[in-house]
Amino acid sequence: MTMNVTSPGLDDRLSEAAVVDAAHVDVSYNVRDTDRLAVRDVSFQIGRRESFGLVGESGSGKTTMALAITRYLARNGRVSAGTITVNGQDVASLHRHDLRMMRARTVSMVYQEPGRALNPSIKVGRQVAEVFEIAGLSRPDAAGRAEEALRKVQISDPGRVLRSYPHQLSGGMLQRVVIAMALAAEPNLLILDEPTTALDATVEAEILELVSALRAEFDTAILFISHNLAVIAKMCERVGVMYAGELVEQGPALEVFEQPRHPYTVGLLRCIPRRGQRKDHGRLDTIPGFLPAPGEVPAGCIFAQRCALADERCRTESPPPYAITGDRTSRCHHHDQAPSLPRATPEDVRLPPPDETSAPVISLRGVAKTFTVRHDRVRALDGVDLDLRLGETLGLVGESGSGKTTLARVLLGLTSPDEGSMLELEGKKLAPLAARRARDQLRAMQIVFQNPDSALNRRHSVRHIINRSLSKLAGLSGAAREKSLLEIVRSVRMEPRHLGLRPAQLSGGLKQRVAIARAFAGNPRVLVCDEPTSALDVSVQAAILNLLADLQARERVTYLFISHDLGVVRYLSDRIAVLYLGRVMQYADAETVFTGPHHPYTEALLSAVPSLDGISRERIVLAGEIPSPANPPSGCVFHTRCPRRLSSGICESTEPPLAEVEPGHMMRCHIPAAELRMLQHIEN
Amino acid sequence: MADEELRDPLATAPGMSSGGPLPPHDLAASLPLVTAGGTGGAAGALDESVGRIRREQLRLLLRSAPFIVGLVLLLWWVVCAIFGRFFVPYNPVNGNLIQFNLAPSGAHWFGTDSLGRDVLSRVIVGAREILIVALLATVLGAAVGTALGLVMGYFRGLVDNVVGRIVDAVLSLPIVIVAFMFLVAVGPSTQTLILVIGLVFALIIARTVRTAVLQERDMDYIAAARLRDESAAHIMFVEILPNVAGPILVEFTVRLGYAIFTVATLSFLGFGIQPPTPDWGTDIANSYQYLAAGYWWETLFPALAIASLVVAINLVGDSIEAVVIR
Repeated sequence: MTMNVTSPGLDDRLSEAAVVDAAHVDVSYNVRDTDRLAVRDVSFQIGRRESFGLVGESGSGKTTMALAITRYLARNGRVSAGTITVNGQDVASLHRHDLRMMRARTVSMVYQEPGRALNPSIKVGRQVAEVFEIAGLSRPDAAGRAEEALRKVQISDPGRVLRSYPHQLSGGMLQRVVIAMALAAEPNLLILDEPTTALDATVEAEILELVSALRAEFDTAILFISHNLAVIAKMCERVGVMYAGELVEQGPALEVFEQPRHPYTVGLLRCIPRRGQRKDHGRLDTIPGFLPAPGEVPAGCIFAQRCALADERCRTESPPPYAITGDRTSRCHHHDQAPSLPRATPEDVRLPPPDETSAPVISLRGVAKTFTVRHDRVRALDGVDLDLRLGETLGLVGESGSGKTTLARVLLGLTSPDEGSMLELEGKKLAPLAARRARDQLRAMQIVFQNPDSALNRRHSVRHIINRSLSKLAGLSGAAREKSLLEIVRSVRMEPRHLGLRPAQLSGGLKQRVAIARAFAGNPRVLVCDEPTSALDVSVQAAILNLLADLQARERVTYLFISHDLGVVRYLSDRIAVLYLGRVMQYADAETVFTGPHHPYTEALLSAVPSLDGISRERIVLAGEIPSPANPPSGCVFHTRCPRRLSSGICESTEPPLAEVEPGHMMRCHIPAAELRMLQHIEN
Repeated sequence: MADEELRDPLATAPGMSSGGPLPPHDLAASLPLVTAGGTGGAAGALDESVGRIRREQLRLLLRSAPFIVGLVLLLWWVVCAIFGRFFVPYNPVNGNLIQFNLAPSGAHWFGTDSLGRDVLSRVIVGAREILIVALLATVLGAAVGTALGLVMGYFRGLVDNVVGRIVDAVLSLPIVIVAFMFLVAVGPSTQTLILVIGLVFALIIARTVRTAVLQERDMDYIAAARLRDESAAHIMFVEILPNVAGPILVEFTVRLGYAIFTVATLSFLGFGIQPPTPDWGTDIANSYQYLAAGYWWETLFPALAIASLVVAINLVGDSIEAVVIR
């Protein structure tokens, strides 16, 4: 059943053998004296210099698998069946010393949050050098090697970084440091667990490119764990798709993503907004049902409850990993039919177009916000002019620190704007703070926050949460309120049985539905959605996006949709505004923003996003980091990183106005739109 | 490596693969329960009902030995406080003046004091007044402190600053000194005692509650409440209060222990519970001068009573804290 290559005499064979060989691995966690299976019968191999991806939604067992390989499982977890070998050594049977050596020399891990992987109270230099000291170098030698290691991860000024404390560095810089530390011992295997999930798109692109380059240089195998299929497609040769603890499909990454042969992979791919898909045309499909509860093992196929292809056999007989072609397997009895999995949602939906003729619902003129942070004046928003039309979705994109959330809070009256900012709702001036706004104005604008755990009071039941909004905003009580409550719960596709539960008892998707129901309770005219799906899995995200689109069509609500995910913004938005350092850089129809001419910043953002469509654009590398809003660059704020900066020096000296370069297309750039179009057309 | 000792073992960088333990978030992430319940979970309603979590907490409490020991001791003193006067072997107030300073024996298990009163009976009945005073003072302190802490934490600004400074000023003095000043000024009585201890505790509890409120007030559910035009009172007492109940409960048990101690100390100094009501602190004050004469039982047993009650409350409090704030 298992490959045994542990005998020490087989050096030659070892060099050809896999770095990791997991064979029929079960991992279980002991919770309240019962074993719960978190990973079931997972087998895969990672060859030398190979990059293998594990993809799947949260709770699928990806991280557990990585921890099992390094024997870092929590105290109540254990590999309950099967074997894992690393470099031919059985991990389970390693003694203390050998295990330490394996972790020190053979396997390294990089985690999602670089800030938490480093000790905040010790300078970076000391922490990097320590890795070399553990490897046996003297202190001065280690310090020298630390500098060299940072150079290898393309840190241009290693001296400064080594002298810094972690909190003084940006997330992208910290992740480079962590990667440098992981590679210090020149491991045979580098495990990257969601290494870019916490980073901005442009930084993510840099880190991914760095990893690709280092892989070639260091000759190391990679286990790349991510929920993001496009990232896996970009980074990995082979991929394993995990669902509820099982490896349901495995094979070469491009083949798996182009011709998936497991219904779950098919469904997952259909949940991701691709080019050409919009809320009304080419709708995202969803995966019906829910992930099985942890530890629950159904009799037949683990995906059968949610699979439209499932028949009697699927419900009784667990499918083995069927071989499809040479190195492709799928755990599906009907793997040949998987590509024709019926859709769970209709493809095309008729949605009323936004009203382009009427006066804007929301009108912002010269909106600015300056925070004072320890005597520094930080300009989070600067002269923002935007109009929201009835029934449209305005997408707001930009990297972290661009002022997206500040703009949303200013609009809602949660943060007061600077003097002179003009905010109007349906032609009437809005007071700077919510407390001074009329009840009707408050009712008109609601918000769906990013993190439902923070947005829902964890001590209140779903019923209480929605009812409170119905009484305060819609002024309902008694039987009328109960009727509305049931109606609204149904319209967000929840069931009355959920009403008595508290947020902690709901999954992420259901929590966000409660937040949406609450926002709609007062029949708002404007709904701010602040990254409403970025904390959710893709299958849940698709359902929430479709729900938002349907509710908008039914209620004629205007959305201000904030997201860092360009695919999601494109799917939902009618128009898009691109923010950088608190300024609108480009503002146009959604299609115009994506087809061009692009503002150079928009162009860089677009090129940074890994895509599943297989078209890899020439990536535009943005030099340096986002400048501090406390000390914005002179002239055009983007000139410090702009790859198309003009040589005349005008970009450094004069800030370009936000000008209408085409009808309905606003851009803040010195380069004429026609020229930008030409430049961008040639290069792509 | 001199820095090694300074380093928190939990913060060891995982990339270093030094065999140290994982950062805490990775341990948590590896628990299937936690990941599936997290925001990314695709699962539906989880089977963890609130009732079940409560039962689980209770089960954990009942399995912890310190909690059981503390609870049994505490219950014993509560029974003494309520029913003690019905089962005392002798009259605790009027002694037999002939049988004074008797050593512990079959007739007087804890001996008698200098006025011929049965020490055992006085210890049993002595639980009553101290528990009443301490409990009422703590209830008062928790109620006022919670309200004050909510106001400070929610409004911040001037209220927070002013009350914060007063708290600092009061807390820079030992509570016994503060109470002493009040009692000297107003004259000792049970009501004054409750009021003084309660108010000083209110300031301390307010500070704890304020810290908890500060963590809550930036949560988005507060913003959502403001956007539906909720009053400040509603936000403080309906939205925030349930979420800071845990720290308040813990603070309550800790303060109760301190209250017992404070009441006993003030009684010992003669400013607490007034004679002829049987009281442990007073009894120690009246008998410790006879220690040199060898009448140790008159001091030892009331002292043990105070110690056992304080320890019992702390055992219960610590166990609750461990379960509530996990």
